[in-house]
Amino acid sequence: MRGFTKISLALSAMLASLSAQAEYAWNFPEPVTPMALDTLHVHNKFMLITMVIFFVVLAIMIYSIFAHRKSKNFKAVVDKAPSTTMEIFWTLVPFAILLLIDFVIMGIPAYHSVIMMEDTRNKATMVVKVTGSQWRWQYEYMDGDAKGIKFVSNLSTPKEQTDKGYEGKKDEQYLLEVDNHLVLPVGEKVRILMTATDVMHNWWVPQFGSSRLAVPGFLRETWVQVDKAGTYRGQCKELCGKGHGYMPVVVDAVPMEEYKAWVVAKKEEMAKASAGADKEWTKDELVAEGKGVYEKNCAVCHQITGAGLPPAFPALTGSKVATGPIFDADGKYLKDGHLDRVLNGIRVMPGWKALLNDTEIAAVITYERNALGNSVGDVLQPAQVKAARQ
Amino acid sequence: MSTTTVAHHDDHAEHPTGIMRWLTTTNHKDIGTMYLTFSLIMFFVGGAMILGIRAELFQPGLQLVNPEFYNQLIGVHALIMIFAALMPAATGFANWMIPLQIGAPDMALPRLNNWGFWLLPPSAILLTLPFTLALFGIGDGALATGWTFYPPLSVQGGIGVDFAIFAVHLLGVSSVLGSINIIVTLFNMRAPGMTLMKMPLFAWGWLITAFLLVATIPVLAGAVTMLLTDRHFGTHFFDAAGGGDPVMFQHLFWFFGHPEVYILLLPVWGFIPQILETFSRKPMYGYKAQVYSFIAIGVLAMVVWAHHFFTSGMPVPALLYFMYSTMAISLPLAVMFFCWIKTMWKGSMSFETPMLFTVGWIILFGIGGLTGLVLADVAADAQYHNSYFVVAHFHYTLFAGGIMGIMAGVYYWLPKMTGHMYNEKLGKVHFWLTAISFNFTFIPQFFLGLAGMPRRIPDYALQFAEFNMISSIAAFVMGLSQLIFVYNIVTCVKGGKKATDQVWEGAKGLEWTLPSPPPYHSFTEQPTVK
Repeated sequence: MRGFTKISLALSAMLASLSAQAEYAWNFPEPVTPMALDTLHVHNKFMLITMVIFFVVLAIMIYSIFAHRKSKNFKAVVDKAPSTTMEIFWTLVPFAILLLIDFVIMGIPAYHSVIMMEDTRNKATMVVKVTGSQWRWQYEYMDGDAKGIKFVSNLSTPKEQTDKGYEGKKDEQYLLEVDNHLVLPVGEKVRILMTATDVMHNWWVPQFGSSRLAVPGFLRETWVQVDKAGTYRGQCKELCGKGHGYMPVVVDAVPMEEYKAWVVAKKEEMAKASAGADKEWTKDELVAEGKGVYEKNCAVCHQITGAGLPPAFPALTGSKVATGPIFDADGKYLKDGHLDRVLNGIRVMPGWKALLNDTEIAAVITYERNALGNSVGDVLQPAQVKAARQ
Repeated sequence: MSTTTVAHHDDHAEHPTGIMRWLTTTNHKDIGTMYLTFSLIMFFVGGAMILGIRAELFQPGLQLVNPEFYNQLIGVHALIMIFAALMPAATGFANWMIPLQIGAPDMALPRLNNWGFWLLPPSAILLTLPFTLALFGIGDGALATGWTFYPPLSVQGGIGVDFAIFAVHLLGVSSVLGSINIIVTLFNMRAPGMTLMKMPLFAWGWLITAFLLVATIPVLAGAVTMLLTDRHFGTHFFDAAGGGDPVMFQHLFWFFGHPEVYILLLPVWGFIPQILETFSRKPMYGYKAQVYSFIAIGVLAMVVWAHHFFTSGMPVPALLYFMYSTMAISLPLAVMFFCWIKTMWKGSMSFETPMLFTVGWIILFGIGGLTGLVLADVAADAQYHNSYFVVAHFHYTLFAGGIMGIMAGVYYWLPKMTGHMYNEKLGKVHFWLTAISFNFTFIPQFFLGLAGMPRRIPDYALQFAEFNMISSIAAFVMGLSQLIFVYNIVTCVKGGKKATDQVWEGAKGLEWTLPSPPPYHSFTEQPTVK
């Protein structure tokens, strides 16, 4: 077996040289919430206990393997079949040791951690609703000054980097960057309500130590209290379809004053956007605006060119829906027409009603009808979308 | 009993030859051989899928597959490895060895046995057919939800989901038939004098497994049928819009899924102590303690299912109950580990390939068990859940604890089955390559999980690159070293040094009293056990 010893030595030497060059993380990332800190302590303690058990048992085994071998002429002890009392006693020893570890040494701290993790309401000063959709997160502030702030957070790693076969340089935060960060004040306990619009998702930031399934049609809750300012990144961790690896979570924890300033700025930005819904837009303006919306939200399935990925994701170029009429004679939007499809979705396609504002929906529809190889020529105004929502 | 007359009698055993022998056989050894061969083939099919995944994960960025295909590979890999590789391997051993170990001429229900096997190839085809259909533009490929079928993703999915549902139905029927056969055989066909508490431990392990299968497979079948009606017939079992609940599916699935872990492990726990006593040349320690542990684990296995989805949200008392009951499984397991090591202690050990695999198995399965204990903690589980930590954990229990155990069994019984000795040197090379590359594949995944890499993602952030590269290289070494295993088996079947009846110096039990290979009809004269 000397050959294998050599191979394993070579492998470990290779590993050692690798670790000299690259960053290796051996444990949880630095905890920034009370929950994550608790989890790290629990984890370290349990790991220590289980490793002690493992190495003690391993040592006994290895001793036996080397001492009690036939090749060393060790004669098997003639077992005077252990008396039943002794057998019961000896087999109960490991039972008792584990009983102590499970239900006292590990069990008691675990109990307190569970109580802490599940207490989402006491001392919580604000509520944020997190909604998972294929494949983006939507954040809504439910109370306080920030009440009414609502936005969608999309992956912002450039598409060509995530495409198959890309070999160039990748961003430092490859797959972990989004356009709109969730902003939370430092030191405040935030109650987080979770839900989803299509399939299940799981909102997870490793440095927060909390994760909860977002179930469509139900509200689940968890909480975070970020005690250190900074930008924290995580990912969806419930398989949610082809974009599962492409819906990161990015949270900025900022001091209270900065948070308040952000709330004011965000509210102004939202007011401007909704004002845009009331003005008359030209076709070119809408197409230009719609291109951005399309590439961020729709291109994942229908592709940048509009060619789609049939049969799962149909082409928009020349499609009946994208070139057919939007409204019927009475001015109501047609069932299975273009606007209906975008607002309400169908099967795999999510409804965009809750995710995009009137201007964005009007722009993306106008873009789809007048670009991507289509040239219907008509224009859908934000005001019409606003009316259609009622 | 004279073994030569039995062998002579065998020469006159009439059975068709060629393909008809295998299609129509009701012989427990032929059926066992078919199960084991099928399992080996599917082990390579599932392995090829995961090597595709490891190749994709070799470095960040998408190189080989697109995300849709990636999702199909992970789910079908798991279903194949669990239902078409591990379970049939255990059933193959049961067919081969249970009649030999309890002194019976054959299984109790031979025709049922034949049918149980022949349901497997169609279900394997059903599982993998959508891959081929997609090449011809029909449907969008196989099941892409992971092996757990969670709705609403599985309601949204394409025809691959329907194929997988029917495959699971067939596999389930096959397992239940096999289980009924084993229960009936064990209760009715033991040699005179063999009381239940004298039954070989392997038979005990299978008895508990069979009861678990009969109890839980119908629940799985019901759950996937409800999924099917949700998909096609307008029901809303798992749709909140119609008053259903997607999380209910998780309860139903894991009510089957958790016992499934023990279904895969109990047969292995059964023959591992037998291998230990053979190569330690001293009787196993704590036979009764192990039997009672099996029963305790069988009961506990049925009542801990929700620890697979602590993060789905449930009341605090439920969290606490499932946490503590899960931890309780470590108690009987500790007793079993103690018995295994006590069996080795002060024995006269030699380390032929089956013993190497067994000792390696104890160590690696130990890691799987201990990380399982840590995972039981609800608060820490929020971090581990669906991260690579969990992936590493269940490969320690199911690859090390399942497949490496099965390999120990193969090397242990192969000389008995074929009448030839396998190549010992190659066997040892196979063990060391497998054990070392296995650890290099999965230890990095523990660290990946702790660092925050979710499972089931086709592409990952740059911080995870190094560990993934090590894991991928080691996975390919592990995959390729399994070719040695196949080569060793094939050469052993074809020829080699003649095996004696007892094969191993320290082997005890009825199966070693028969010639190697045993006659076509095992015990035509019933042996008696004192």
